[in-house]
Amino acid sequence: MDYFVILLLQIGSAIASLVLLSIGLAVIFGMMRVINLAHGEFLMLGGYAAITAYNHGVNLWLAMMLVAPLTVGIFGAVVERLVIRHLYGRLIDTMLATWGLSLAMIGFVTVVFGNTVSGISAPLGSLSIGAYRTGAYEIFLIGIAALLLVVGWLVLRFTRHGLISRGTMQNPAMAAALGTNPSAVYAATFAVGSALSGLAGGLLAPLSGVVPTIGSAYIAKAFITVISGGAAILSGTAIASTLLGAINTLATFAFTSVLGEVALLVAAVVLLRLLPQGITGRFFRRAL
Amino acid sequence: MKAGRLALASNLAVLAAGLAVLFGLPAFAETYLIINSTIFAAFSILALSLALIWGYAGILCFGQAAFFGLGGYTYAVAAINMGETTLPALIAVLLPALFAGLLGYFMFWGRISDVYLGVITLTVSLIFYRFVNQTAGEQWNIGDAPLGGFNGIPSTPILNWPGRPGDQLAPEDIFALSVSLLLVLYLGCKFLLGTRFGRIIVAIRENETRAELLGYDVRLYKLAIFMMGGAMAGLSGLLFANSVFVSPTMFSLPVSGQIIIWIIIGGLGTLIGPVIGCIFMQILTNWLGTLSQVKGFGWIDPNLVLGVLLVIFVLLVPRGLTGLTIDFWSWLKGLASPAPTDTATARERTDP
Repeated sequence: MDYFVILLLQIGSAIASLVLLSIGLAVIFGMMRVINLAHGEFLMLGGYAAITAYNHGVNLWLAMMLVAPLTVGIFGAVVERLVIRHLYGRLIDTMLATWGLSLAMIGFVTVVFGNTVSGISAPLGSLSIGAYRTGAYEIFLIGIAALLLVVGWLVLRFTRHGLISRGTMQNPAMAAALGTNPSAVYAATFAVGSALSGLAGGLLAPLSGVVPTIGSAYIAKAFITVISGGAAILSGTAIASTLLGAINTLATFAFTSVLGEVALLVAAVVLLRLLPQGITGRFFRRAL
Repeated sequence: MKAGRLALASNLAVLAAGLAVLFGLPAFAETYLIINSTIFAAFSILALSLALIWGYAGILCFGQAAFFGLGGYTYAVAAINMGETTLPALIAVLLPALFAGLLGYFMFWGRISDVYLGVITLTVSLIFYRFVNQTAGEQWNIGDAPLGGFNGIPSTPILNWPGRPGDQLAPEDIFALSVSLLLVLYLGCKFLLGTRFGRIIVAIRENETRAELLGYDVRLYKLAIFMMGGAMAGLSGLLFANSVFVSPTMFSLPVSGQIIIWIIIGGLGTLIGPVIGCIFMQILTNWLGTLSQVKGFGWIDPNLVLGVLLVIFVLLVPRGLTGLTIDFWSWLKGLASPAPTDTATARERTDP
């Protein structure tokens, strides 16, 4: 029984980390069709922002949940104005430019912080369930991931900003004719997506530590989650995270953690062969 | 025909340059330079493989490193088990081609389009990377060959003369082999693109639906060119294994990305551009590597320079060095004679 609870918690934690990893990308790719290959480095930057702020005496929670998203959000806004803006509608070119950006960020962070692992210990201590112990922080992350999804849905569904952004994504010309400014909406969306990536990077930093090259460990997982999810950014991400996170954890428990990751990637490739438009391209098509 | 003569002239020029390197370089270069040039030639074949399938067939494969690594590992494992290396070398080309066939079947028959294709190929190369990285230990031996996990196989055997096991090729011979193969493959690709098959491939890149409506089985053509790309990447891995050794980094994301940088900087949609881009970038990276040891320049990180260069090229020089040269050339011609009409320049640009 205890073992079962631990297994469930592990699955939940894997799902939550997939949601966190991919939510920023889901906003940027799902809404704007911009392939941000520097997404992993956005997460990495969030981690470094949180750790640096914490080392300078900022409260850990503030560092993770305020400093990290703000830093990366502002960085994203600058990148959007300097690079991405010129490449809208040119899918491959955005992909390449952001890949160059990712390399440059890895290089820059290596120069500034050195090629070593930095870390902070996870707060909240641990929690014992029967004979097993698990980190309370991981349970906190499950809560945060759920909260992000719910808040995201509420914003998109019920606020004026959500409506405008959805309208602009569906038909920029029509939205512009009705008096919105698509360029500003794109900029804001990119900044929000970046901020979400920064938040995720900050929150995950205590668990994984940060190195300049950590982005490459995140990027593939984030992309396959978003693409397997399909057109509906929030529910798609949630469903794909659930499916892939469960597969990952079960394979990890059955074999090794590396084979768990391999199982996740193989499952995603097979899933995309069966449902090329992603899960929400076939089911729950009207969801958000 | 003027275009025909120009194509012939450019082929002859490439042939002459290749032969000059092939026979000229060993005359004065030290072994270090020879081995480095062998690596350049191996990478150039890799660049050529993606130039063919991305530049001409429009298949953006983000995981060309998968075939590259597969070629290297297949060769190493087979050569350690068999002793003689001629057959392993053949297998090292065939297996990546077959794997490309399997993967291509999945993708092209699933009608997976550009972005998704990029992500799937990227994922596949990551699967290989993760998997091979953890293959340390006895249980991962294939026959006599330990896969060696993170360390790779440092004792990768060197090619021997066909039929004479133990009689290994010298670095100069491997250099000659690599450069000749590069030349043959370059001219072979040129020839291929001039055939009916090559023209259909380009037609599919230009407009897939129209090619399909004209009665061509698009999936089959894409699969064929994708397999050729896989075979070339495998061959490149084999040559690389002979001048360095095989390790999991062959499968890694930076390798896949590097190939794309070479092509963007050299010029997409040409064959010579990626090769030039590859050699240019390799020399630049090596130079940056030595520069970082010079006092005062230690802060320069190769990744930083590569990244910034890539962003600049995508934003400002989308047609790469080849495009830049052509523009510069027609600008010079324009200075010498009255400006050419717009249609003439347009035709020049679309000419492969």
